Amino acid sequence: MGIEQKLGDMGVVTTSLESAINWARTKSMWPMLYGLACCAIEMMAAQASHYDLSRFGMELMRASPRQSDLMIVAGRVSRKMAPVLRNLYDQMPDPKWVIAMGDCASCSGVFNNYAILQGVDEIVPVDIYVAGCPPKPEGLIHGIVTLHEKIKTEKLSRWS
Amino acid sequence: MIKPPDASFDQIKHLVSERALSGETMLLNMGPQHPSTHGVLRLLLELDGEIIINCIPDIGFLHTGIEKNMEAKTYQKAEVMTDRLDYMYTMGNNLVYCLAVEKLTGLDVPERAEYIRVILTELSRLQSHLLWIGTSAMDLAAMSVFLYAMREREMVLDVFELVSGQRMMTTYIRPGGLWRDVPVEFEAATRNILKELPGRIKQYESLLTRNPLFRDRTRGIGIISADNCIRYGVTGPTIRGSGLAYDLRKARPYSAYSCFDFDIPTQKEGDIYARYLVRVEEMRQSLRIIEQALNDLPKGAVRSDNRKFVPPPRSELGVSMEALIHHFKLWTEGFNAPNGSVYVAVESPRGEMGVFLEGDGGPKPYRVHYRTPSFVNLQALPLMARGHFVADLVGIIGSIDIVLGDTDR
Amino acid sequence: MSKISNSIISQMITRFGASSAEFRDETTLIIQPDQIVEGCRYLRDIAGFNMLLDATAVDYCPATTPRFHLIYHFYSTKKNVIIALRIPLNGNEPEVQTIESVYPNANWYEREIWDLMGIHFEGHSDLRRIVLPVDWVGHPLRKDYPLGYEEVQYTFNFDDVNKRKRYPKD
Repeated sequence: MGIEQKLGDMGVVTTSLESAINWARTKSMWPMLYGLACCAIEMMAAQASHYDLSRFGMELMRASPRQSDLMIVAGRVSRKMAPVLRNLYDQMPDPKWVIAMGDCASCSGVFNNYAILQGVDEIVPVDIYVAGCPPKPEGLIHGIVTLHEKIKTEKLSRWS
Repeated sequence: MIKPPDASFDQIKHLVSERALSGETMLLNMGPQHPSTHGVLRLLLELDGEIIINCIPDIGFLHTGIEKNMEAKTYQKAEVMTDRLDYMYTMGNNLVYCLAVEKLTGLDVPERAEYIRVILTELSRLQSHLLWIGTSAMDLAAMSVFLYAMREREMVLDVFELVSGQRMMTTYIRPGGLWRDVPVEFEAATRNILKELPGRIKQYESLLTRNPLFRDRTRGIGIISADNCIRYGVTGPTIRGSGLAYDLRKARPYSAYSCFDFDIPTQKEGDIYARYLVRVEEMRQSLRIIEQALNDLPKGAVRSDNRKFVPPPRSELGVSMEALIHHFKLWTEGFNAPNGSVYVAVESPRGEMGVFLEGDGGPKPYRVHYRTPSFVNLQALPLMARGHFVADLVGIIGSIDIVLGDTDR
Repeated sequence: MSKISNSIISQMITRFGASSAEFRDETTLIIQPDQIVEGCRYLRDIAGFNMLLDATAVDYCPATTPRFHLIYHFYSTKKNVIIALRIPLNGNEPEVQTIESVYPNANWYEREIWDLMGIHFEGHSDLRRIVLPVDWVGHPLRKDYPLGYEEVQYTFNFDDVNKRKRYPKD
């Protein structure tokens, strides 16, 4: 307590390593361009000027998985696309998170048949599920903010 | 890492030239995940340096099995799946399905419903063209057009949300008319769009049409002749950009389009620039149609009275026994369509979108097949792309405006 | 939309042994599989139907003669009419001639029909699967192929369904 007051006068803030790194991770996550179907249009609308994703540091959608840390699976994943999705997930460097946007990515939505994966969590571990068909851009932003809160609670012991 | 079951090279050997087999030309995979293919489209390019010798599209990464799934649902429930096909022209998908069901069963549609259907489908065409101009300009590196176009698109989506509660997948157009009448704010919101859009379209034109960079990247690129369009069944702005004025709203009018006065824009060259001009002019014509429809909007019911197909309003359920029985039958069993098959088509922003519907006397469609424009237009891509650079290919794919949900169904 | 002239229909009936049907003012000609290519050539060159609009197939499963109906829609840009051609096919692995030589865009249509329905087209330049993965077994749009749906997971059967669901190992 004493030392913090003293340092505060000199313009220094103290915090724990966990909170600092978690804060840094949330403040500029780069999403990977993974729009597949209709939810991709709402993701594009979320990025445009009306519902701005740039205020979260996410205006840059990196097409390359090696340079991104968030994969927003937006749209239905068919059986032909599933190996491609897993391949891209494996190419992303740690730390990485996955948001399953929309009903089709969470649980196959309207399509309960032979051609669609019943939820993208059959092949990748998902952190946040956003419901809606398609979810409004506000819904996606709520999902992203929830992901930020989830990251802020991550512990040092969990990192590899 | 999971290895995808890829097509082995032997399977496509007959499609590439002999120079590829000797290693002289390069086979490049423009994979399903790519920033410039609009959706999950895989292209196998055979390149000589940077010039494309052949381009082999590989589709099916978004195959949803909608046609089979619709066979397992009743006619009303199957309509929910139709929105998700061509997710840029959602009202149009509903409309073509409802037109097919109405033709098969012989159902009538009141006049007010026809006019509102026209207004909503033209608004849908407007938002599809706005997204098209945004993304294809972004592919050619004009990023500000994307942000402007999405701003206008929000106005149209606000109208859809006002009318049906959903921005994109509305399922508002139902067999027999509409789901319910439009609220009172609809006319004011639509007139606001009619007031704002012409000025904004002029802004896009001032950014793109006489821009020397845009013209250099689009003139003379991706040419397809009108004969080739007919041989490959290509329709929509692509064939109108090549000189043939084939528009289903004039050739086989449906749903009150014959009451309105509008032009079909055509250009002669058949390149990307011609298709761009055609689409910009189509946006203006859409605004013209919406204005005429709003001015002449008749009053009356919005759903047919035929209680065998259309559920009665809830207010009647408390007082009339027949209404209750009809409601019960429609909700539990659905309505029965006669034996026979119909083919109905509408003009989507991509081309001719048709439904082939076959009924068997039961409550579920026996076979639904969608003739989707993107599937057919994509087949002509190799014709347009041969001899151009890879950078031009990006512009060409943008100009034929494919939607992968449409292609793979 | 104008009517198809009766002379075309009667020519098709006499030359190729077709039979015609009409439903909701759409004309359908029913023709036998061995007459397809000549019939389509006649329609394109003499009758003026220059665009192939749509090609699809219907499966009438428990019946085996015919089991499939192959349906083509042709459009004439000059006269603005559509005509449909229905070809009944027997048996579980039917074979039929391709019309790719007459209408080039039949290429992808026939690939899709082969992929989803299992109707083999002889003479096709490139018959392989188009919308399904290359190693898929079966033809999904046939009536004896199951829909392949997963049971809906409510609270009462949550654990049962959960045991059978696939989850990734990491």
